[in-house]
Amino acid sequence: MKAALQRLTERAEAEGLLDVAYANLDSPFGPLLLAATPRGLVRVNLPNQDPEQALEELAAKVSPRVLEAPARLDEARRELDLYFAGKLTEFALPIDWALTHGFRGKVQRAIERIPYGQTRTYTEIARRAGNERAVRAAGTACGTNPIPIVVPCHRVLRSGGGLGGYGGGLPMKEALLELEGVR
Amino acid sequence: MSELPPFQALLDQHAEEVMGVLRGAVGRTDADDCFQETFLAALRGYPKLKDGSNLRGWLLTIAHRKAIDHHRANGRKPVPMAEPPEVPVEDPELKDGELWAAVGALPPKQQAAVALRYGSDLPHAEIAAALGCSPEAARRSLHEGLKRLRKELA
Repeated sequence: MKAALQRLTERAEAEGLLDVAYANLDSPFGPLLLAATPRGLVRVNLPNQDPEQALEELAAKVSPRVLEAPARLDEARRELDLYFAGKLTEFALPIDWALTHGFRGKVQRAIERIPYGQTRTYTEIARRAGNERAVRAAGTACGTNPIPIVVPCHRVLRSGGGLGGYGGGLPMKEALLELEGVR
Repeated sequence: MSELPPFQALLDQHAEEVMGVLRGAVGRTDADDCFQETFLAALRGYPKLKDGSNLRGWLLTIAHRKAIDHHRANGRKPVPMAEPPEVPVEDPELKDGELWAAVGALPPKQQAAVALRYGSDLPHAEIAAALGCSPEAARRSLHEGLKRLRKELA
């Protein structure tokens, strides 16, 4: 049965029927679920977020042709492993922004450009996204970032230096900043 | 629009059963090819599927069509047998290929019911389970299908 399923995944990919491939990755924070389309990485689901719900959202918003196909995520898994080991400071993964739109999309693209080991405030990010006054919307955009870690929303802090929020929980945000030598 | 679950969920829940049905319908050797054809066809059509309420029935229906395609393609090939049959078939003029062509021309439910009963030798209850309908409905489909075949092939 396993061989039959493996063959099916390969044939689906060869025929262009594998719209969303996903794989699991053990991280120091717990299991991550990674998903990619042929265009690039589309979703990183953090350990405290429900993976079933993430897959359902992908099915509804990207394509219901969602299959477990770890081979498609090999490069993403490799880079994330290196990142968690402190040996990679810049991801070279192509990204598919299919899950973000409008102002949130602009905010998430601004977040993507924050370099390793640096932080920005929600206000700075709002300005870079084109609307300095939309600080709260920028916060929401961080909270709904579909590709955390790779799009490093953990590098966005409050103006006073407070941590703000994090979809993966504040201890994880703190640990990521520590990994990058920020705190 | 009812939201469709990720396709992987269909594999997790129904792949074993589909493989089982296909092994019964076409034999162990050819079941894998039919399995691939079934799920590739399902993947192709999945995004356009309007009703996601009976995905199991939908998959099994595709599997039956693939099994029937397989039987049709093999219709004119000799079927290896352990022993020669002891009684002649009723109509020695009628070739298997023609019979399956006639089966293939039946409406989908009747087609599947006939193929499952005589191609896979399944009892009514299992045909009903495979088609996702009641045993009475399965019996009715089979009955209608046979009636039509008798008429066509008479």
